[in-house]
Amino acid sequence: MIPELGHFALILALLVALVQGIVPLAGAAIDAPRWMALARPAARAQALLVALAFGCLAWSFASNDFSVLNVASNSNSELPLHYRLAATWGSHEGSLLLWTLMLGGWSFAVSLFSRNLPPALLARVISVMGLVSVGFLLFLLFTSNPFERLVPPAAEGRDLNPLLQDPGMVFHPPLLYMGYVGFSVAFSFAIAALLGGRLDATWARWSRPWTTVAWSFLTIGIALGSGWAYYTLGWGGWWFWDPVENASFMPWLTGTALIHSLAVTEKRGTFKSWTVLLAIVAFSLSLVGTFLVRSGVLTSVHAFATDPARGVFILVFLAIVVGGSLALFAWRAVNVGLGGTFDLVSRESTLLANNILLVVAMASVLLGTLYPLFLDALELGKISVGPPYFDAVFYPLMAPAAFLMGVGPIARWNRAPLPELWTRLKWALAVGAITALVLPFVLGRWSPLIALGIFLSAWIFAATAVSLIARVKGSHHGSLFAALAANSSSYYGMLLAHLGLGVFIIGVTLVKGYEIERDVRLDVGESVAVGGYEFKFLGVKTGPGPNYRAVTGTVEVRKDGRLVETLRPEKRIYNASGQPMTIAAIDVGFLGDRYVSLGEPVGENEDSIAGAWGVRIYLKPFIDWIWAGCLLMALGGFLAVSDRRYRLAVTRKATAPSAPASAPAAAD
Amino acid sequence: MKPRTRRFAWIAAGLVALGVAAALVLNAFQSNLVFFFTPSQVAAKEAPQGRAFRIGGLVEAGSLVREPNSLTVRFRVTDTAQTIPVSYTGLLPDLFKEGKGVVAQGTLGPDGVFRATEVLAKHDENYMPPEAKAAVESAHKGMTMKSLHEPATNR
Repeated sequence: MIPELGHFALILALLVALVQGIVPLAGAAIDAPRWMALARPAARAQALLVALAFGCLAWSFASNDFSVLNVASNSNSELPLHYRLAATWGSHEGSLLLWTLMLGGWSFAVSLFSRNLPPALLARVISVMGLVSVGFLLFLLFTSNPFERLVPPAAEGRDLNPLLQDPGMVFHPPLLYMGYVGFSVAFSFAIAALLGGRLDATWARWSRPWTTVAWSFLTIGIALGSGWAYYTLGWGGWWFWDPVENASFMPWLTGTALIHSLAVTEKRGTFKSWTVLLAIVAFSLSLVGTFLVRSGVLTSVHAFATDPARGVFILVFLAIVVGGSLALFAWRAVNVGLGGTFDLVSRESTLLANNILLVVAMASVLLGTLYPLFLDALELGKISVGPPYFDAVFYPLMAPAAFLMGVGPIARWNRAPLPELWTRLKWALAVGAITALVLPFVLGRWSPLIALGIFLSAWIFAATAVSLIARVKGSHHGSLFAALAANSSSYYGMLLAHLGLGVFIIGVTLVKGYEIERDVRLDVGESVAVGGYEFKFLGVKTGPGPNYRAVTGTVEVRKDGRLVETLRPEKRIYNASGQPMTIAAIDVGFLGDRYVSLGEPVGENEDSIAGAWGVRIYLKPFIDWIWAGCLLMALGGFLAVSDRRYRLAVTRKATAPSAPASAPAAAD
Repeated sequence: MKPRTRRFAWIAAGLVALGVAAALVLNAFQSNLVFFFTPSQVAAKEAPQGRAFRIGGLVEAGSLVREPNSLTVRFRVTDTAQTIPVSYTGLLPDLFKEGKGVVAQGTLGPDGVFRATEVLAKHDENYMPPEAKAAVESAHKGMTMKSLHEPATNR
């Protein structure tokens, strides 16, 4: 009964979404206030209905209802409750429902926090979100019904893929989708601006916080996925340039360009068309990413082609959303205008250059991700594009972007004379250069790439400090504290996010430069020296887990004869699926991790686990800085959104709803 | 600067940047594409010598041999028509099993042994790496076509 209720709620949600997508939009076109007023209640009703459907599915998983196909294929009664709930979004159908739920949530939030938007703009924004929702609900109901019954019911479920039975994987999809779907708000604002022909600094200020929040969630989501790959795949890698990862990285790159372009549109009224285009592209890539990962096209282009219903729907939906919005852009962008002019060297030009670099990097990732799929689909041969390609393309593109990050916050708007920039930045440059020359020797080995990475992060830190010092010195407030407090929280958010990238670059550079990876064969009691540590293997023992059997090894880590840590890497065999899985043991440290994972028994007697084992022993210097950097970037985003200016505009307009919002004061 | 000169400078800078990016991408693309060959193609000498490529198929049952006191393994990859001997030093992935699908990347030695630098066997017990599956399927197609002409040659 519960699954049918969920199915029914989805059908109702589709009907409400149709109303939400059509009536307010038409109302905005013919200026009918009552039609437009339908936007907000419709968005809320739709969100609640989708939430009800999602709740029903979660209930079916929690109560082990194996008469539902989705539950029978992705859960198991032995599975602990929290993983049964996480299994709700473990399948294709469930994850699409989660996507729709997120979209409902964002629409709900827009209906809640945009009370002061002009009614026509709000109506259009919510309608566009409704139309996107219609697409997803149709897809769910007609090709991927999560509530499909299984007749006769299965006695037991097939189990959730063991790789997903992990805390990281419980939170990774919802956070990632918060980001993906959050870009739908920026997208809807862009479409609404194109339809209404009005795009000014006020518009940018409205859509900025939404975009920044979405970007922050996406950042955390990607970082979580990367961390998960590090400790569960057992190879100690944190990024593989796998199509699944690229699918989430492309919207991130475009979203990063978008938040910077939006800043220029808000402060200077420039980059208008570009901002709109980026908003469209960011959301389109979110859709492409969702479908790349969820349609099975990556597993096999041909499997995708043999299930024509899903494939055709996806392509048609993408064509409508991407093609339609680009056509609208081509038609209406002229009305939006380009905005003011600026000099060749100015804050605008550094931001524009950064934007271009980010977009070109995105395009190169897109090429490397899709080209093999196209070749395969056209039966022109099978190729793979691996990390060497992405490394060769990505670093040269991102290095100048990271360098410009130091210049941008210092450069003046409109015109930044080079001599002045030089005066202000020469010390930062010197700090960067000296650190790059010296630090690698301290760490062990100097190489051009390591020096470049260290230079870039030291440069970002120093330039950020220069920016802050200039602010404090230039301020008219007496005390240091007052001078610091006078800056907006969006300024601090920007600094924090930039520092985050500096931390991230340190992590990437040092782990790539100094990591040690050794696969060794160890007999019981045998030890091996790796990078100043001694690893002693003490054998394995077996034991049961909640829904698996585990072989647990014991490895003692010593430095200078002193016991540092005892690591217990595991090898699990899951009961329901019989699938093996490696759980690495990691001794996490501020300056680096010691990482041990079990391979397989390699003793004289092949079947005995008592003898020698193949063991991976990795030293990963500074690897945690990669995720710490991502976290700082996301925190920077959240801090920026807490800026009073976004709320001030709201309160001011609430008291005088008819007054047009004034152009923002040039706070920077 | 006059607005026109400025615009020209912008356009020129943009074109240069795009040109550099395109050169980077295409150069990296050309040198880093890894092509895929089935064991039948390798046996027919279609695969390059000295350049890395991928092979895929099934790990032939009973072919896995471990060299004593090392992490070097030897096995044979088959598409059911032809087999290729493979040697690999390192730890095999969790899902590597005799009779199951596998994809390996490496180079073909002059002795005909494929020296793998990377062995992939992916995420799910029931999931067959797409390349491995394709290799077996195309071998089946080839066999049926071949069997029309020369029925007795297949083992």
